[in-house]
Formats: sequence, structure tokens, C-alpha cells
Amino acid sequence: MCVFQSTINYFPEEVLEHVFDFLSSHRDRNAVSLVCKSWCRVERFSREKVFVGNCYAVSPERLLSTFPRVRSLTLKGKPHFADFNLVPPDWGGYLHPWIDAMVKARANLEELRLKRMVLSDDTLDLLAHSFPSFKSLVLVSCEGFTTDGLAAIAANCRSLRELDLQENEVEDRRGQWLSCFPDSCTSLVSLNFACLKGEVNLAALERLVARCPNLRSLRLNHAVPLDALQRILAQAPHLVDLGTGSFVHDPDSETYHKLKNAIQNCTSIRSLSGFLEVASRCLPSIYPLCSSLTSLNLSYAPGIYSNELVNLIRHCKKLERLWILDTIGDKGLGVVASTCKELQELRVFPFDPHGVGYTAVTEEGLVAVSAGCPKLNSILYFCQQMTNAALITVAKNCPNFIRFRLCTLNPTVPDAVTQLPLDEGFGAIVQSCKGLKRLSVSGLLTDQVFLYIGMYAEQLEMLSIAFAGESDKGMLYVLNGCKKLKKLEIRDSPFGDVALLADMGKYETMRSLWMSSCEVTLEACKKLAMKMPRLNVEIINENEQMEASTDDKQKVEKMYLYRTLVGPRKDAPAFVWTL
Amino acid sequence: MGKAANYENELATELRLGLLGTDHHEPEKQSFPLSLVIKSNKRSSSEMDYNSSDKCEQDSAPPPKAQVVGWPPVRSYWRNALQQQKKTESDVSGMYVKVSMDGAPYLRKIDLRVYNNYPELLKALEAMFKCTIGVYSEREGYSGSDNAPTYEDKDGDWMLVGDVPWNMFVTSCRRLRIMKESEAKGLGCL
Repeated sequence: MCVFQSTINYFPEEVLEHVFDFLSSHRDRNAVSLVCKSWCRVERFSREKVFVGNCYAVSPERLLSTFPRVRSLTLKGKPHFADFNLVPPDWGGYLHPWIDAMVKARANLEELRLKRMVLSDDTLDLLAHSFPSFKSLVLVSCEGFTTDGLAAIAANCRSLRELDLQENEVEDRRGQWLSCFPDSCTSLVSLNFACLKGEVNLAALERLVARCPNLRSLRLNHAVPLDALQRILAQAPHLVDLGTGSFVHDPDSETYHKLKNAIQNCTSIRSLSGFLEVASRCLPSIYPLCSSLTSLNLSYAPGIYSNELVNLIRHCKKLERLWILDTIGDKGLGVVASTCKELQELRVFPFDPHGVGYTAVTEEGLVAVSAGCPKLNSILYFCQQMTNAALITVAKNCPNFIRFRLCTLNPTVPDAVTQLPLDEGFGAIVQSCKGLKRLSVSGLLTDQVFLYIGMYAEQLEMLSIAFAGESDKGMLYVLNGCKKLKKLEIRDSPFGDVALLADMGKYETMRSLWMSSCEVTLEACKKLAMKMPRLNVEIINENEQMEASTDDKQKVEKMYLYRTLVGPRKDAPAFVWTL
Repeated sequence: MGKAANYENELATELRLGLLGTDHHEPEKQSFPLSLVIKSNKRSSSEMDYNSSDKCEQDSAPPPKAQVVGWPPVRSYWRNALQQQKKTESDVSGMYVKVSMDGAPYLRKIDLRVYNNYPELLKALEAMFKCTIGVYSEREGYSGSDNAPTYEDKDGDWMLVGDVPWNMFVTSCRRLRIMKESEAKGLGCL
């Protein structure tokens, strides 16, 4: 062992670099850089892919000086609860300073992956003009730009391989952004514009597909009708991932007949999504694809009714990932359980988040899937009701969960049979699933569930809590117990100052903490901010009255704190106070 | 603790899906965070202003559903898209219009959404009623056959099919009628 260690230090740096090349995950690279100074230096200068989980934890300039050879950058901006309207607009998360810094540093940016960031058309334009090797742009839940920005990317990124837009709010300028891909652009491998609301130039789209022989992933928006889809598939039979646009047509028409033929030629499709508008009588055309599908996302297709969903799924024996609406019902989930033996990830979304009156899924569906799908390791389940018994059974059936997110439509609903809190059920989950990294709890929950989480969830990295717990003890159990916790987000739970201040150093081991509508006071936040200079403690304050009175005893509506190397951010809006 | 008490009341009257026959009794221990109630979210028009009365399963008047901001936790983008979809779907399923043909013993129904333009619609009508509909021209209406397709628009007027852009037609058409030439001539001369 000793001999090996001293030997490896005599390796020239090029060799170390070569070895490090094999490390793709940023976590591995982070670990490597902690070994010793020389490894740190070699690693730093050779790292090309950089992951920044919180864009305010570090400054662009600092990043570039640490990793001068960065080519691929992943950035995350707003806190997760921004997805659910809990963060006001203009909170922050701007891309521009990053692009600006990269331009000034003459970085050779090739890939950019953003989540919950804000970017303008100007920023996209700057990006498009500044990095000649730019290959890949992936935007998830971003906003602030229009189709004009996309036009700039299309027109100027000569080596573009990937343009992937997932669930972004994009203003449609009714321009012809698709037509802006020059005739010389033949390099596209992946194009996803499903989230765009406006019309697209269909002829330009078809020509683009025709001249990109490497295109493997294509996701269309609702404005692309079925006849265009047919023509596109005829040009691109090698697609691996397809997202349809509108899927409505007369099944007796010639167009539909041609579509069926085109689909039969697409023998490589493994992933299917879309159906942004669908007539169920057209669904049989995709049956030939089903037997090889590994991923199916029907969460945007409320027009497919339960029995049709089931008919479809019966054909999908190789499915590994299924995203679906709860209109499938418990019976439908039973069919999933008996058909999809390779299933790893299941997400069941609420067709009608605030309604009753149709049968949403219950604990029965979850139990069925856990019993039938031995490889299940990731679940997001919106349900009408749940029981401890069911959760205990699920825990026994599936000890391999990595992600377990349960959302009862009524946030504080108790066990449907016993009326008790769901503490025991979730307790069973964390005890059984030793590899659990992400957990969201819901339903009626006392401090007891957090005792279990703190005790058993040793690998837990992200925990989401809402309307749960009884006292500070709950939060303390978690902070004391979960050693690997990175992100904690809490809303509407009675955790206060005692819990917040008990172990202030803990927050430097975490990426961030969100607490809203809890019992935390301004005084405690100020204390924390003062003691911990390497944390930014931000108070989001939408209530004008709060500004007037600076009573420290008042409760803080929304607090977001995160570790940072660069102190308070300079772009915070008026309603955000950094203490 | 006024707010919490209000919420308790609301919870008591709120619809629960327990097993049939179970009482809607409240859970034993509850702690109600102070601010857990309806928030009027002035910003967001995407928050569903949901009227649950038509979905009520019980006989009694439906309780006001506590609308909590951001619950259930679904991405607003997805929720808005689904709302849009559902609206369109109801349009899609609601695009069935009656079609009558002079002299035919019974009416038919067709789904306008299935067709993308006039020629497709007319071809389908021809197939359905085993007739020929002539060729459309703006000046002379339909020439070359006995039949002319007409429709009743939102104002209750009978119009000749083909004058307005297709999408406008689809949204304004309430029912179709294939008229015999003798009657249709009157329309074509307008």
C-alpha cells in the first residue's frame, strides 16, 4: 500500500491526467482533488466538465480560474420550490454573468446545461457568437428568452449537435427560428422543442430532418400535425427517441396509412413521448413500437383514457421508465405490474390536482407495482390516499429505492384505514431502502417520521417536507442524523429557531436549506447569518409591511440559505434581503 | 391561532376518500402551522381557480376546497400545459356536428377536428352520403352537382361551406346540411 502510494506520486502529470480522464463523474473528480496538492492541481487543469449545483455558490470568474479548461458547464439556479410558484419572479439565477465571464476568459465552451435559470435573447445571442465549437444546449425549466434567442443559436452555432428544451417558458415571437438553421447544418443529433407554444415552419423542419443523418432524438411541439410527423419519420427512420406533436387524424385516411408504414420502419425507437393532442383511435399505429420501448412518457396526454392506456402498456414489455397520469387507475397499474418487469422508474402525475370525482390512484396501485416490478428504484407518486400497511409492504418488496417521492393530493391526509399518521410507513421505507438518496414525504406526519429518517436514511441527500412534524425535534432528528444531506426543503411545518440554530456548521456541509411558512424568526436568521459568514441567508419578503417594522421576533415567511464562496450576491432584487 | 382554527373547520368539512362507511373523523394529533391556509396568490393566474362543485361525490353541498399555493407539487409549466390540453381535448371531443342531407332518412355526425381542410371534409361527406358535391368557386359556389354543403354558424345563419378560412369554419360551424341545388342557388348568389 505504502509502496503504491509513493510510486504513484512519481508518475508524470500527463499520466495522472490520463488516468483522471477516465473519471466522468464530478463527484469522483472532487474526491480525487482532495488527495494531495499535486493531484488537485492536475485534476483542476484537466477538468473539462464542471457541475455547479448552485450558481450563487461560486462566481464565474473564480470557476474559470480554478478550471481553465472547462468545456462543459452545468448550472442550476433557482431553488427547487420555484417549480411550484413559491419563489417570486425576478428572484435571480441569471445566466448572463457566466457567459460574459467565459467570453472574457476565451473559454472554449462546448456544452451548457441549465436548470431553473433566467436567460435573455441577448445572452443567447452572445453565446451563439462567442463559442465556435459550441455543441450542446440543454435548458430545463428556464425562462426569460424568446424564439428569437433560439434563432440566434440556430443560425450561428455551426457545430450544434443538441438543442434540448424541456419545460421552459419561451415567449413565441412567431419568427421562423427553425428556418434559421443554415443549409450547411447537418450535425444535429438531438432536437427537442416540445415546450414551444407557437407554430413552426413545417417545411423548414422537414428539410432540417432530411439533412441531418445523425438525428437520433426528436421531440416536436403541438403545432406539428400528424401528416408532418409521417413525412418526418419517413426521412428519419433511425430515430431512437421520438416525441410526437399533435396525434389526431382520420384513421381511414391515406396519411394515417402512410404513418403506419413509416412507423414500422422506425425500428430503433426506444423512447416515446408527446401526444400533446391525441385521438385515441390513432394510437394503434404506435403499437409496433411498443415491444422495444424502454421509456414512455404520456404525462402530457390527458386525452388517452384509462382503457386505451392499458391497451398500450400491455404491449410494452421492456419498459424501464414510465411517466403517466393517474387516470390509469389502480387497475391499470396492476397491468403495469404484470407487464413491465423491467420497470425501474415510475411517475404517476395527477390529472386533476385539485379535484375529486374521478378515481385517482391509491395505495393499491403502488403496492401492485412494487410487487410486480423487482427492478423498481425510483418513484414519484401522486395519490388520493395512502396507508402505513401499504408502505410497509412496498418497503419489503422494493429495498432498492434510490428515489422515493410520495405526494398525497391532500397534504395532511392520514392513513386511509387506521386514520393514524403515516410515520410508520415512511419509517419502513427508510429502514428498508438503504440506498435511498431522495425522499419526499406527505400525508399526516408527526416528529416520529423524522426520528426514523434521521436514524435510518444514511445515504439521503435530498429531503422534501411539507405540512409535517410537530416541533423542532423533527427537524433536529434530520439534521443530526442524515450525514449526507445536501438539500433540505421545508414548507408549512412547525420548525423554528431552536432547530435552525442547533447545528449551524451543518449547513456548510449542505448545498442549501429552504424553509417557508415555518416558525423561524428574523432574529434567528440574523444570528445564523452573523455566525456563519460562508452562508448566504436570504429572506424573501413579499410583504411590504414587513419592511416597515423591523421586529426581529416576527416570523420569516421564506428563507433560503446556501453555502457560498463569494458572499452575498449582487443581483438580488429588492424583496430579497441577504442578512 | 385563528387561522389554524379556520383550517380545522375546513378540514372537518373537507371531502375525504376513506373507505365507504368510515366516519370523517379528524385525525388524533394535528399541528397546524400558522400560515397553512388559503393564500391569494396575486401573481399567478395559473393557480387553478377550481370549482369543485361539479365534481362532488357527496350529496351535501361541497365544502370550499382549501387551495394551497404550490400543492400538490407539480411544475407550473406542466400544469398549465395540461390545462391547455384538457381544454383542447374538450374541444376535440366537442367538435362533433350533425350533418343532414336533404332527402336522407336520418342524420349523421362527424368530427370536424379529424379533417385538416375543406377537400378532406367534402370527400368524407361524399363518402358518407354517397353523393357528389361539386367544385367550389368563390363566385359561383358549388358547380357540377346537385348538392351544396352549407353550415349553420354561431349566429344561426346558414352559410355556404368554403368561404372562410378552414380554422374559422371549424370553430364557428354548429351543424352541416347538404342542400339540394335548387335551395342552394339562393345562397350562392349572395
